[in-house]
Amino acid sequence: MFYRTHVLVEMTSASLAFGSAQLKEALEREIERVGLQNEIKVLETGSFGAALPSPFAVVYPDNVVYAPLAIRDVRRVVEEHLLKGRVVQDLVFRGETERAVSEFFFPFPLAKEKRVVLRNSGFIDPLNIEDYIARDGYMALATALTEMKPEEVIDRVKRSGLLGRGGAGFPTGLKWEFTAQAKDEEKYIVCNADEGEPGTFKDRLILEGDPHSILEAMAIAGYAVGAHEGYVYVRAEYPQSIRHLEVAIQQAEEYGFLGDNILGTGFAFRVKVRKGAGAYVCGEETALLESIEGKRGDPRVKPPYPPQRGLWGKPTVINNVETLANIPPILLHGPDWFRSIGTPTCPGTKVFTLTGNVNNLGLIEVPMGITLRELVFEIGGGVRGGHALKLVQTGGPSGGTMTPDLLDVPMTFDVLTKYNSSLGSGALTVIDDTHCVVDVVKSFGEFFLHESCGKCTPCRIGNKRIVEILEAITEGKGKSEHLDELAFLGKHMKMTAFCGLGQAAPNPLLRCLAFFREEFEAHVKEKMCLAGVCSLKSPKKVRA
Amino acid sequence: MKIENIEDLKKVREEAKKRALLREGQAEYKVTVYMGTCGIAAGARQVMSALLDEISKRGLNNVLVTQAGCIGLCDREPLVGVEKGEEKILYGDLTAEKIRQIVAAHLVNGQIVGDWVVHAERR
Repeated sequence: MFYRTHVLVEMTSASLAFGSAQLKEALEREIERVGLQNEIKVLETGSFGAALPSPFAVVYPDNVVYAPLAIRDVRRVVEEHLLKGRVVQDLVFRGETERAVSEFFFPFPLAKEKRVVLRNSGFIDPLNIEDYIARDGYMALATALTEMKPEEVIDRVKRSGLLGRGGAGFPTGLKWEFTAQAKDEEKYIVCNADEGEPGTFKDRLILEGDPHSILEAMAIAGYAVGAHEGYVYVRAEYPQSIRHLEVAIQQAEEYGFLGDNILGTGFAFRVKVRKGAGAYVCGEETALLESIEGKRGDPRVKPPYPPQRGLWGKPTVINNVETLANIPPILLHGPDWFRSIGTPTCPGTKVFTLTGNVNNLGLIEVPMGITLRELVFEIGGGVRGGHALKLVQTGGPSGGTMTPDLLDVPMTFDVLTKYNSSLGSGALTVIDDTHCVVDVVKSFGEFFLHESCGKCTPCRIGNKRIVEILEAITEGKGKSEHLDELAFLGKHMKMTAFCGLGQAAPNPLLRCLAFFREEFEAHVKEKMCLAGVCSLKSPKKVRA
Repeated sequence: MKIENIEDLKKVREEAKKRALLREGQAEYKVTVYMGTCGIAAGARQVMSALLDEISKRGLNNVLVTQAGCIGLCDREPLVGVEKGEEKILYGDLTAEKIRQIVAAHLVNGQIVGDWVVHAERR
């Protein structure tokens, strides 16, 4: 069928909450009413990457963005624009980010943006496998299966220098190699899509916008290490990701990219979806494996690591969604191409999710090594409302805390570790100077207290004590020894907690305690909250 | 449809690419049907339907069809513009039958149908 115009409607969890499904319905209804259903097609797409007012529609090939598009205006758009060809000027999106936004979608991406992981998101219909194939989809798998030995696939991934994008930054090629070397008939590939870090939503948008890229990468990983079964562990809070994955799996099986005898090569691989019940700790890889096995999501003792003993005691590769999305382009374009992006120690791109007190919210993919200044002030459009930047929490509460003195540090796994910070999952929560640092740290503490699985004492009791002390401080009951006690607790949790959750929990506390010492001291000694957030006296209130 | 080998995959990819190309507007010819009230009254809808039908029947994948409002030549409606690179041809007084012939002559064989040209320009 030949369609002269396509109307793209973003269908992500966020857009759905704003009524994009109803918008799509209304568009289809109106198009049919004026009899254009054979000329114009409404398509669902994944995230456009820009935070446009939702729900919105983009008219191709005219490149007109209607955002937000209310249901009551649909009739006008259909009658004027789609039927008569007159763009409805008063509904066209002309926000502050207009320039950046139009560049987001269309052939000229933002100057600093480099799309590898998000190469298809917002451009293809994620529910149509042929859209993916048109953009070289499944070509990497076909090439690997027909022209390469498993060792060559691993060698390419190793030489690309790809580091795991889930947060820890472990070399993906090595992980695959360890699993390939483990001698066992039965092996597994697991995709970690249990994205629980507050402020992180990149995996959701990748799965919603380009689910086939993950399936293709899992099949490639299976071929490389000798596995025939894969699991995608998605949190149940991501119904749209689950739906898109399930449709994609079904289509991939129909087309013969999953199943027995893939592309006539005799290689067999299948993928199943497992839903997580929303425990933060299940993002930790061994707790995730326990959960897939149907047990309580408690972390396991490491070593042995999953490449030796993983799912059901068998060698297992566990990769993050974003890591996997990098695999097909690496195989197609080669490790040297991948190394030409980013920094020598940390090649490739990173998807960052910008949240908090910043003008442009959304996700962006940029080469590794970009500075925080560029991310927050150029791409993010600066701090909202003209306030001063207080801190940026990178990688969610368990990641690192970047203070304004570190704005020019290149954002890579290795460099941030030097500053006792962490790139983590790529979440960037921008916090301005109207926030009280004690209050911010307390809210992070409450999150960890809630999510601690309780298996080990340092995490279970440590988080409890930290929150109790911080509550006392914000209520004006702080004592001078409290600050030392917080530092002591944090240090010991880092050293003795059983898994990554407990070890990372005190990170923001320790860093803020060091950098914003005077704010903590004002709370404790003068019973004063400098930002005027806590129910204490504040310099602002005195002035007023 | 099961894809049996890498050659099959390449074929499917080329087909899918052509379809995607159309959507992304990187086609060789851009055909604009003028659909102002005057155009619609003179029969632009029938011209549009015939145009889409003919393109679909012939499986043309280098054509982008778009529409615009009135361009001020109401008495020559229905009007259709055919653009290729710098060249722009405007056809007027069209019917469903005429547009089918334009598809065959102009879009398929590259021959401008001189009799129905209202205006021609090279930018």
